[in-house]
Amino acid sequence: MARHVVAPVSEIAPGTSKIVDVAGRSIGIFNVKGEFYALINRCPHEGAPLCIGFVLGRFTADRPGAYRLERHGEMLRCPWHGWEFDIKTGQSWCHPESVKARTYNVEVVPGEALAKGPFVAETVPVAVEQNYVVLDL
Amino acid sequence: MNVAVIDRQPDTSSQSKLGIVDCDVHPYTKSAADLDQFLPERWRKHRQSVGGRSRSPFSNAPNYPRMSPFTGMRMDSYPKDGTHPGSDLEMMQEQLLDLFNVSYGLMMPLLGRGSDERNIEFGAAMATAANEWEAQVWCDREPRLKAGVQIPLEYTEAAIKEIEKRAGDRRFTHVMIPPRGLEPLGRRRYWPILEACAANGFSIALHLGGTSGHPSTGGGWPSFYHEEHPSYPQSKEALVTSLVVEGVFEHIPNLRVALVEGGFAWLPSLTWRLDKHYKRLREEVPHLKRLPSEYIRSSIWVTTQPIEEPERPEDLLATCEWIGWDRIMFSTDYPHWDQDDPRYAFKAPLTEQQKRMVFRQNALSFYGLE
Repeated sequence: MARHVVAPVSEIAPGTSKIVDVAGRSIGIFNVKGEFYALINRCPHEGAPLCIGFVLGRFTADRPGAYRLERHGEMLRCPWHGWEFDIKTGQSWCHPESVKARTYNVEVVPGEALAKGPFVAETVPVAVEQNYVVLDL
Repeated sequence: MNVAVIDRQPDTSSQSKLGIVDCDVHPYTKSAADLDQFLPERWRKHRQSVGGRSRSPFSNAPNYPRMSPFTGMRMDSYPKDGTHPGSDLEMMQEQLLDLFNVSYGLMMPLLGRGSDERNIEFGAAMATAANEWEAQVWCDREPRLKAGVQIPLEYTEAAIKEIEKRAGDRRFTHVMIPPRGLEPLGRRRYWPILEACAANGFSIALHLGGTSGHPSTGGGWPSFYHEEHPSYPQSKEALVTSLVVEGVFEHIPNLRVALVEGGFAWLPSLTWRLDKHYKRLREEVPHLKRLPSEYIRSSIWVTTQPIEEPERPEDLLATCEWIGWDRIMFSTDYPHWDQDDPRYAFKAPLTEQQKRMVFRQNALSFYGLE
């Protein structure tokens, strides 16, 4: 396993995402209210590029006509068939017991620490005064 | 415990070296004006100044919202120039034809207004224009794509003229008929058109769609798209029943019909029911010489998308068995949001022979592509 610098924190604002290629894999990095999460860019259902889908909340209804939007900005909807996934865990909304999109560990690391290594930063230039999103793969 | 099913390997063996046949591909215009070059001046002016008059409640939108913006397209199928999904040949090659090694893609264009237009003269002109557009803009640039003849269903003379005009042109493989006409398709008013299809060697593709003005379900207009989508099989059931019971297949035994974009798992139970009632109600329909199931078996083919996904995936294999593996043809519905991917569509394993039939051979035979 290697640690890959995938973006400066400032590049992925809250509510946005970035798709990166790391070691041959396409991975979506999401900023959910300041916390970073990473999901494979491939839907477990039929292989669609999952991470280009809409980020939205979870709609629930206790009864017909009473709607509630929960966990705004924490769900990802596949661009093909609309399957929804929890960005934080990769868990599927329609098959929570059996379907999961693979997640990866990400953390924010100061540029100062990165300069000491050991990190892989082929494409992201690192400056000591910035913070970076680092992905374990 | 959660299982990351992404580890499931795609079933690439469905893409044999020979390539697959996709029985439902949707090309679109970049703008409505793309058809102008194929319209006579009289109708070009009409299109620009008056426009279409369909039987849909809305002039320029589908009856129901779709899952994604616009009209239900795969979100990653929008060309970079901002035009309509399905309108860019290179993108279609990249996302469909090359990716899945498609030998032939059967085009089912959803434009031209040919069957919905209340001004039937304009409808006929639009059908002709859409056919020219398919042949010149798509088939001539990409020979893997095969065109469907669009006809004005409620204008018999013009429809037959259009069918006869395209007969013998190898770019055209089928006649497109919308399953929701003014009346059920087996009614006598449509027989001359059906006869012309058979006489000119065309198979019929009954692709979902058409805005006849009738509600999309037998129980009236639905509230939700979630209700609308399962109505596709309903319209197919009504069609099959009408074609069989009106005696169309007795009258035109060589008519060959493909049901496109209605799934297929409903067909066996409908067939059982029709046979059951034939034994009880035969006196009412003495023109039927054979069991309904026999007409269905000899004249009806199904395409797979939107494929049913039963709780126990292997149950679908029994369904295919009941229909007949030689009657099932694979389709994607590219670039629509509910499209099926040939690598993942079947959740239960098919034998090599079944794959060859479903992904290639049945469609080659049905559309005369061998």
